[in-house]
Amino acid sequence: MAALGSPARTMRGLLRELRFVSAATGRPYRGSAAYRYLVKAFRAHRVTGEKLCRAQHELHFQAATYLCLLRSVRAHVALHQEFHGKGERSVEESAGMVGLKLPRQPGGKGWEP
Amino acid sequence: MESVRGCCATRVCGAGVASLGVFCPGFRAGRPPRLSGAMWRRCLRLQDSGRRLRDQAMGGLTARMGPGPGPTTQPLARAYAPLTERKRFYQNVSITQGEGGFEINLDHRKLKTPQAKLFTVPSEALAIAVATEWDSQQDTIKFYTMHLTTLCNTSLDNPMQRNREQLIRAAVKFLDTDTICYRVEEPETLVELQKNEWDPVIEWAEKRYDVQIGSSTSIMGPSIPAKTREVLASHLASYNMWALQGPDLACVPAGIEFVATQLKSMVLTLGLIDLHLTVEQAVLLSRLEEEYQIQKWGNIEWAHDYELHELRARTAAGTLFIHLCSESTTVKHKLLQE
Repeated sequence: MAALGSPARTMRGLLRELRFVSAATGRPYRGSAAYRYLVKAFRAHRVTGEKLCRAQHELHFQAATYLCLLRSVRAHVALHQEFHGKGERSVEESAGMVGLKLPRQPGGKGWEP
Repeated sequence: MESVRGCCATRVCGAGVASLGVFCPGFRAGRPPRLSGAMWRRCLRLQDSGRRLRDQAMGGLTARMGPGPGPTTQPLARAYAPLTERKRFYQNVSITQGEGGFEINLDHRKLKTPQAKLFTVPSEALAIAVATEWDSQQDTIKFYTMHLTTLCNTSLDNPMQRNREQLIRAAVKFLDTDTICYRVEEPETLVELQKNEWDPVIEWAEKRYDVQIGSSTSIMGPSIPAKTREVLASHLASYNMWALQGPDLACVPAGIEFVATQLKSMVLTLGLIDLHLTVEQAVLLSRLEEEYQIQKWGNIEWAHDYELHELRARTAAGTLFIHLCSESTTVKHKLLQE
């Protein structure tokens, strides 16, 4: 399972996501239960990693899965708010989304030469 | 108020003057008095026409006049505005260990499932993940982002009243229409892509479970022997259930069925359960043709990326749920022995 990368990298990614999560409450992420649990679990498996390779592998897989969950939820919410969370959009906005512009007449609306 | 009086004189709707004046700011401010006459004429015409048309017109009228809450009273441009989300009504989220497992507290209230059962999960990690989900809600509670909570609720309440055999059968049924067993015949590049990406996964599954799966280009799909289904079903049934709950509750099969439903593939789900694939890989393999088309035609952020992230989030939640419900106890034992 080389696709997982190094555990330290996963850990850093998780801490980064926890910082985003804690932005909701404004409290420091180091005080959260998730932070304490993660640090404890990663530390414990650093020690036992030599003996219990499979357990470490499992834990790393779970950590990577959780990281994927947090990341995807954040990206999904961002996209939802950007594109789906505001109701119907105007004709100009819809045209702009696909890279088009509404035709404009030089003399204003209804102008004819 | 003139427009309101005009409206009542025409008896278009039976609502009181006061309620119209108070609840329909758009009506009061923007509409000229002459329009009520136009509405009256339209109603007269509609009285003679068919029932369907009249229903439509009344719907349109009440939508403009009705004092009820919701998107109907808003201006037309906002007609499809999403429903309001619930406010975040708590400050602190904490975890307590109860008799049935770990519980979540929102301030001093215990979190409950939609069927008003106490929310209890067997593993501490899962409880922490759920608590983090609740704690990460900003201002409003967005239930569509709380996949782990949803999964726990589903397996606690079991709204479909399915036992584990039914769940496993539903999951194994995805094998008959497994995404990665259906191949295309053209275009050449996609055929090759599917062969290169999907064949190793099928080979792995065949070797790992000692079964025969195969692939097919026909619309009927590959003919999968009955033995394969039996072997996989018995394998899935061997996952231990939510140990602390009653024997009816089958959370791991529920998670397995959830993941299979997301990926539309039993083989990929097995890959996730057995740590053979990461979530990103499994989602990529599940969306292989879509990715190919994106490569060819371009990516659309609000459709492709949106679906990708939602699928990843759901699959990751399901996978984590399966692993935390079935294997975390063994991990903990090892930790305690140290």
